[in-house]
Amino acid sequence: MKVKILATLSLVTMIPALYMIFLYAPTEATQGNAQRIFYIHVPLAIIGAYGSAGLLFIGCLAFLITRDLSWDRFASTSAEMGVVFTTAQLLTAIMWAKPIWGVWYAFDSRGILQLVLLLIFIAYFMLRAYLPDREKRAKLCAVFGLLGMIDVPFNYLSIYLFRTQHPQPVVSPGGGGVDADMATTLLVSFIAVTCLYAYAFVKRLTVAKLEEQVDYLTQVTLAYE
Amino acid sequence: MKAILAIIFKDIAVELRSKESISAMLMFGILVLVIFIFAVDPSVDRLLVAPGILWAAFSFAAILGLNRSLSMELDNDCLQGLLLAPIGRGELYAGKVSSNFAFMMIAEIIVLPVFVILNNLSFNVQFLKVVGIACLGTLGIASIGTILSTISANTRMKEVMLPVLQIPLTVPVVIAAVEATRVVLTNDPEEISSWLYILGGFTIVYLTVSYLVFEFAVEE
Repeated sequence: MKVKILATLSLVTMIPALYMIFLYAPTEATQGNAQRIFYIHVPLAIIGAYGSAGLLFIGCLAFLITRDLSWDRFASTSAEMGVVFTTAQLLTAIMWAKPIWGVWYAFDSRGILQLVLLLIFIAYFMLRAYLPDREKRAKLCAVFGLLGMIDVPFNYLSIYLFRTQHPQPVVSPGGGGVDADMATTLLVSFIAVTCLYAYAFVKRLTVAKLEEQVDYLTQVTLAYE
Repeated sequence: MKAILAIIFKDIAVELRSKESISAMLMFGILVLVIFIFAVDPSVDRLLVAPGILWAAFSFAAILGLNRSLSMELDNDCLQGLLLAPIGRGELYAGKVSSNFAFMMIAEIIVLPVFVILNNLSFNVQFLKVVGIACLGTLGIASIGTILSTISANTRMKEVMLPVLQIPLTVPVVIAAVEATRVVLTNDPEEISSWLYILGGFTIVYLTVSYLVFEFAVEE
């Protein structure tokens, strides 16, 4: 039921969001149509990448405290969302950077941070894949997830200092006040991405639970035979 | 404290007999330096690339040493014995970090003169400052590397997993150490303190967090 409501909500919000991004929002003066990527790129970064990082941290910490395996499911789902949404965000960044800056990827502070964050999410997944035992996997992945997410502020700090001392030409869209129509579009797009994220998250959580039940039943059947 | 010292002495005794860890780190560190000498065009200003090369060598060599340090414990179920000993998990962690740090430092102290010679630098006060930065950076790498090597030792592909886990997590240490080394080598008037704060802060936070969660990483 919850999944259906979220699915409907994300569909209902995504259509006006797309309409507003492509038709309603005014074309930006210097960047032209390429700037429209902004409306999808920013929500993906904030909800998708940073949101997943926060949820992964909560999941890992809660698992280590409670030892409840459902928190492990929660953590692995948020890491999975992190991989998907951070990749999507990096792809939009690439599409946007090439026509505007003339390079595929800008290695400024945020650029490197997002890349490292994606690498940590992927490392978390590789670790899960190479640990066969259920309990052990949950525990070790929780330790790694916790360390990885504590690392993020340090990464940001070091990269921020590192790059501000060698400034690079960075166009900041929306910096210093945007047009009211642009702000509305961004807001709608934010709501749409949040709904989509929540839908994907809840759906994946349900599937993960089913997978575990299938695993359990397979083991029980094998043991019975 | 006694338990920590006992673990350190145990590791030193093992290392003195096998001489595996330090020699591997040393050889690998020098090889990385040599490869970079070929890779970087001689006309490029050495001082600009030297700090990066040095820390690439250190962090790769550290991975080699950390892999060895934990797989050695797993070989004859030595880890089981350590866990059965009446000491806290945190002390076990502290002991392992100290011995890993000591071995890495020994290898690095030998690699550093080679680095100075290959890059045409000079042995002066700067050199001592670089040793100081190496100490701090290595402690940072050892603090996170020890717990990550414990995690990766439990997986099916032990040697492969450690770099995958460690490299993204040591980005702040490596960046801060490279920048601090660059400031020292180029006599940059810019303040070095912010980089040392990052190195110090990272090390303290990781030592504390790892000390607390090490229990979960070794638990059966």
